[in-house]
Amino acid sequence: MLLADEVATRHPVLSDNPYQPHMARIVRIYKMAENNHLFTLRFLEEHLAHTFRHQPGQFIMLSVPGAGEMPISISSSPSRPGVLEVCVRRVGRVTSALYRLGTNDLVGVRGPYGNGYPIQEMAGNDLLLAAGGLGMAPLRSLLWYALDHRDRFNNITLMYGTKRPEDMLFREELLALVDRTDMNCLLTVDADPLGTWKNHVGLLPTLFDYARIDPLRTYAAVCGPPVVYKFILQKLLALSFPKNRILMSLERRMRCGVGKCGHCSIGYKYTCLQGPIFTYWDAINLPEMI
Amino acid sequence: MKILKLRKERLDLFASVVQQFGELHAPVEQDGKYVFRRLARWSEARLEYDRTILPPKKYFLPSREALLRYRPDEGFVPCTEGLNQRIILFGVHACDVYAINILDRVFAGKYNDPYYQARRKNIAIIGIDCVPDKQCFCRSMRADFVEHGFDLFFFDTGGYYQALVGTALGDDMVLASGNLFEAVTSADIDEYKRRSWNKRRAFQLEVEIRDLPEIFEMEYQSEIWQELGEKCLSCGSCSMVCPTCYCYDVADDVELGSRAGTRTRSWDSCLFANHAQVASGENFRGPRASRIKFRFYHKQRGFVAEYGRPSCVGCGRCISACPVNIDVVQVLDRLRRVQDVASR
Repeated sequence: MLLADEVATRHPVLSDNPYQPHMARIVRIYKMAENNHLFTLRFLEEHLAHTFRHQPGQFIMLSVPGAGEMPISISSSPSRPGVLEVCVRRVGRVTSALYRLGTNDLVGVRGPYGNGYPIQEMAGNDLLLAAGGLGMAPLRSLLWYALDHRDRFNNITLMYGTKRPEDMLFREELLALVDRTDMNCLLTVDADPLGTWKNHVGLLPTLFDYARIDPLRTYAAVCGPPVVYKFILQKLLALSFPKNRILMSLERRMRCGVGKCGHCSIGYKYTCLQGPIFTYWDAINLPEMI
Repeated sequence: MKILKLRKERLDLFASVVQQFGELHAPVEQDGKYVFRRLARWSEARLEYDRTILPPKKYFLPSREALLRYRPDEGFVPCTEGLNQRIILFGVHACDVYAINILDRVFAGKYNDPYYQARRKNIAIIGIDCVPDKQCFCRSMRADFVEHGFDLFFFDTGGYYQALVGTALGDDMVLASGNLFEAVTSADIDEYKRRSWNKRRAFQLEVEIRDLPEIFEMEYQSEIWQELGEKCLSCGSCSMVCPTCYCYDVADDVELGSRAGTRTRSWDSCLFANHAQVASGENFRGPRASRIKFRFYHKQRGFVAEYGRPSCVGCGRCISACPVNIDVVQVLDRLRRVQDVASR
């Protein structure tokens, strides 16, 4: 196996090649929900495993050898380095190929890419994290970053909803946060047919009844399917949230991750460079954003 | 800048000298049109061509290019074939040099594209001026002259070519030719100015690009996009022939019966149905109208926000290539036209 370092010395023309994946080993596969597995990766290049740093909200380009490459949000927090965790839903050709791999199989990783959440700007403020379904994947990085640097933030509120209890991602660790007194962890499901759910039952926006939010000193990070944006944005705007304090993480088709291939452009911004975190103000000014 | 002149009859001599710097490519005639191709002999070159079917971008961003190959025991290893090949592109028009300068900026930045940059470094450009035809609007797009991006640039001044020396390599080419080049006189400069003035008056098309971004924003909901969407075939021809369209797709091809494969990029177009479609099936630019609007918007408005100017250089290729006669100049004219609502 040639590591990217050796490849670079052999090909001086391409020594600084942003398209070069670095091989990483799948060290753990955890089935969080049907077709929503959490893959834990560790770089083969030991120095990369130690030095790779990302911002919450950034993503990687993940190569499944023989299948292709895809953009995936990083779900682990930079405050817990050494491994990378990515939550992958099985939806297409490349994700299906990833699901055929097992522990100790190799994948390619390059990145991190994208702007990430404006952590510096958010420090000292309240955080409201609102996610639906798979939207928890990028927010989980921000959540643990904030909890690991608890002194840098004021009140922290998480609102997370899924259709059924069994769909909830990171279920065990989030349930363990419900009892924490230094944050308000609100979890809800649309329906609980088996009657096993001990938390809220109801649509995500109903959680606003259980949270106290001061829009002028809060940053809201929202992520989810379009329906989540629609209803959460309605709630936030009704609270007179400043539009540049609403942060959205967007999904787009990407081939390069580095602002060349053109697929992820929205209006005149590249999701991979100026995003994937955009403010609601950006969204209003960029056509076809949501 | 060093400025010299070359007697026209000596151009073939110069061309033979220049071959020591790389493989000579120039426009040649093919089925009544022109293409950039490797010359078998200098007499094939057609320097008084109107425009080539494909722009020179095919040399810097090939229509298909292997980026990496994957072997289970090796991992990902970059493909470097062709990156070091030395080529001389002889007879590139100003708009096309300008377009390459635009691509230079796209493929540089925070993430340098080493494949593009390697080819750019190894391909020399000898530009040549031209006479605008009925599809040229490079002057409106401020791309009728370039001040950098070439090694040499030739202006026709009657009996001579006046040559701008743009790079050290260009200077080496001049020096290698011995005493083929001569110093310019004030009469030569006057002749240049006369021809420059004539060229300016030869344009038949004009587009006003100032405040075009603002007009694009105002006309974002215009019915013109719906109409164009109904007309456009989504064939992507305009993107393929565009000297500044750089979108590419990436695919991994696996060799039969093994897990080894090649990662290849190939030209793509934002007009293709799946350009903005994600794996879940959601398509952020599904309707054809929104795709053609995006193409115009990104060229004429989006690029201005990103790089300070439109990415269109006014070469007119998309006008010739469109099978349903969508004409960029007419579209921009219509966007600018006062819609006299009261008289409708």
